[in-house]
Amino acid sequence: MLINIKDLKKQFESEGLVTKVLHGLSFVINEGEFVAIIGPSGSGKSTLMHIMGLLDRASEGKYEFAGRDVTTLSDNELADLRNAKIGFVFQSFNLLARTSVLDNVKLPLTYSSNKSKIDERARLVLEDVGLGHRLDYFTNQISGGEKQRVAIARALVNNPSIIFADEPTGNLDSKSGIQIMEILQKLNEVGNTIILVTHETYTAEHAKRIINIRDGLIVEDKVVNDRRVAHDGDNLK
Amino acid sequence: MLGIVIGVGAVIVIIAVGAGAQSLILAQVKSLGTNIIGVMPGGSAEEEGPPASIMGISITTLTYDDAMALMEKKNVPNLVDVVAYTKGVGTVSWGAHSYDTNLSGCSAGFLEVEDGELDQGRFFTKEEERNLSRVVVLAATVKDELFGESGAVGQRVKIKKHTFSVIGVMKERGTVAFQDYDDQVFIPIKTMQKLIAGVNHLGLIRAKVDHEDNIEQALKDVKLTLRERHDIIDSSGANDDFTVRSGAQALDMITTVTNALKYFLAAMAALSLLVGGIGIMNIMLVSVTERTREIGLRKAVGARNQNILNQFLLESLTVTLLGGIFGIIGGALLSFLVAIGAQFLGYEWAFILSTQSILLAVGVSSIVGIVFGLYPAHKASKLEPVEALRYE
Repeated sequence: MLINIKDLKKQFESEGLVTKVLHGLSFVINEGEFVAIIGPSGSGKSTLMHIMGLLDRASEGKYEFAGRDVTTLSDNELADLRNAKIGFVFQSFNLLARTSVLDNVKLPLTYSSNKSKIDERARLVLEDVGLGHRLDYFTNQISGGEKQRVAIARALVNNPSIIFADEPTGNLDSKSGIQIMEILQKLNEVGNTIILVTHETYTAEHAKRIINIRDGLIVEDKVVNDRRVAHDGDNLK
Repeated sequence: MLGIVIGVGAVIVIIAVGAGAQSLILAQVKSLGTNIIGVMPGGSAEEEGPPASIMGISITTLTYDDAMALMEKKNVPNLVDVVAYTKGVGTVSWGAHSYDTNLSGCSAGFLEVEDGELDQGRFFTKEEERNLSRVVVLAATVKDELFGESGAVGQRVKIKKHTFSVIGVMKERGTVAFQDYDDQVFIPIKTMQKLIAGVNHLGLIRAKVDHEDNIEQALKDVKLTLRERHDIIDSSGANDDFTVRSGAQALDMITTVTNALKYFLAAMAALSLLVGGIGIMNIMLVSVTERTREIGLRKAVGARNQNILNQFLLESLTVTLLGGIFGIIGGALLSFLVAIGAQFLGYEWAFILSTQSILLAVGVSSIVGIVFGLYPAHKASKLEPVEALRYE
């Protein structure tokens, strides 16, 4: 049991105005799962991902990550957990500008307690995502699909327990999008746990399980029987 | 960053130029001799104030015999030599040539006390001084004006209808302590008093002390001797009809004044560093805002608050230190140019770039970097990762 969430609630307060986003969610995610969290914008799926990814805290409820109650951890403990156990892939890539591909991938390692063979580890994951020939390119010199692959390499470099991908294909053309989904599926096949957040049913159907959220509540939690398998050459749209 | 460059540069330039100007002034004063005691006629109301004689009032209390009394070892044991002066102006002529110059009636001790050097001939002796000999020694400019290239020693010149034989010519010395040493004629003091000035008193006595450590003792002895000779019983100095000063006193006073000026200017320059620091803070605040997403990303991949704080502090420190280095180079270059320019104009201007001023500039710019980088860095480190990632 990697993630155990019980009656999770989240509300935001701004100038005395309280906005309730999550109204009490409960679910369990195990190692090796590939879960898509789906829902329209405003449903609370991004907020849920942020809480699950330890970027934000729940207002109420129980959250155990890798068997540990994380609701009481300090900011520094959360930062260390993110560094060691979690990888993020964002819609807008969030790569550092004016920085080489290799240095971008090395970034999490510079904050890690294990700083041995940083260059080698970063080079290896870049080769895994097919970017071994782009190590010294700057991030503004490569295509969108390549940027997202750099981001995936950055998420993988610390050998995390789980990868959160927030609309990873949202800013990509369909061909690049398929390549990204293919990589994610392959990563899952070799045992990585993946949480995919998207609003597109088609993209979500690449996962093994879909949690459908609407207005801060789970309306459906189902196994995908006939999951899509991404190949180079398929059209995502 | 430009603010820091200018601020640090200004500190360096001001301290270096200040030190250069100070060295110029001090060298001038020192060339008067720090182990020289001056005795002027007339008392002074305050210990440090000028004696009345400086105001152009003629006071007749100092005499040739006073100077001779100071020479005696039993009175003032620490004096090496004494020179007595009576000064005036007049026209010196040789044949058809004539030249208006300063007439310095002085005693034979002149060479010793003032470190005078002869170019040709000799200076007058005590003998010649006492028996009213009509001899003169010419300073370099006077010799050139009257004789040009031809020899002067052995010739006869006229001053106020009296004929004098030229027995020596002084070496060129230039302007020392704002006084042109080369534009004067030296006449034995008694000859000057009797034949030319028609007075019996002295304008000034200067005496050389054997060692700087003995100046205080010599000052005391000079005062005691003169009070005794002038029948002054009051030993407080309030009724003295003379004023005694040492060169060291003047030096101290001038050092104090120039130091105060130097530090005042440095403080003004430091103020410009402060303004530069505020500029740095603004730049860093803009940078934090521009890089909000980067900060969010760094936190998402595991950066602690401390990591972000250090990163931004290091950046502002780098900017200010870099500015500091450019400022030091620019400031040093500018002060070097000033020194060259001043030397070209003939001043003894030393190029002084002290390690102190460099350390001060580097220290202040690093402090500026840390102090003014702290707020933006703190702000960056406190950003919530979610807020930062969401920022557009």
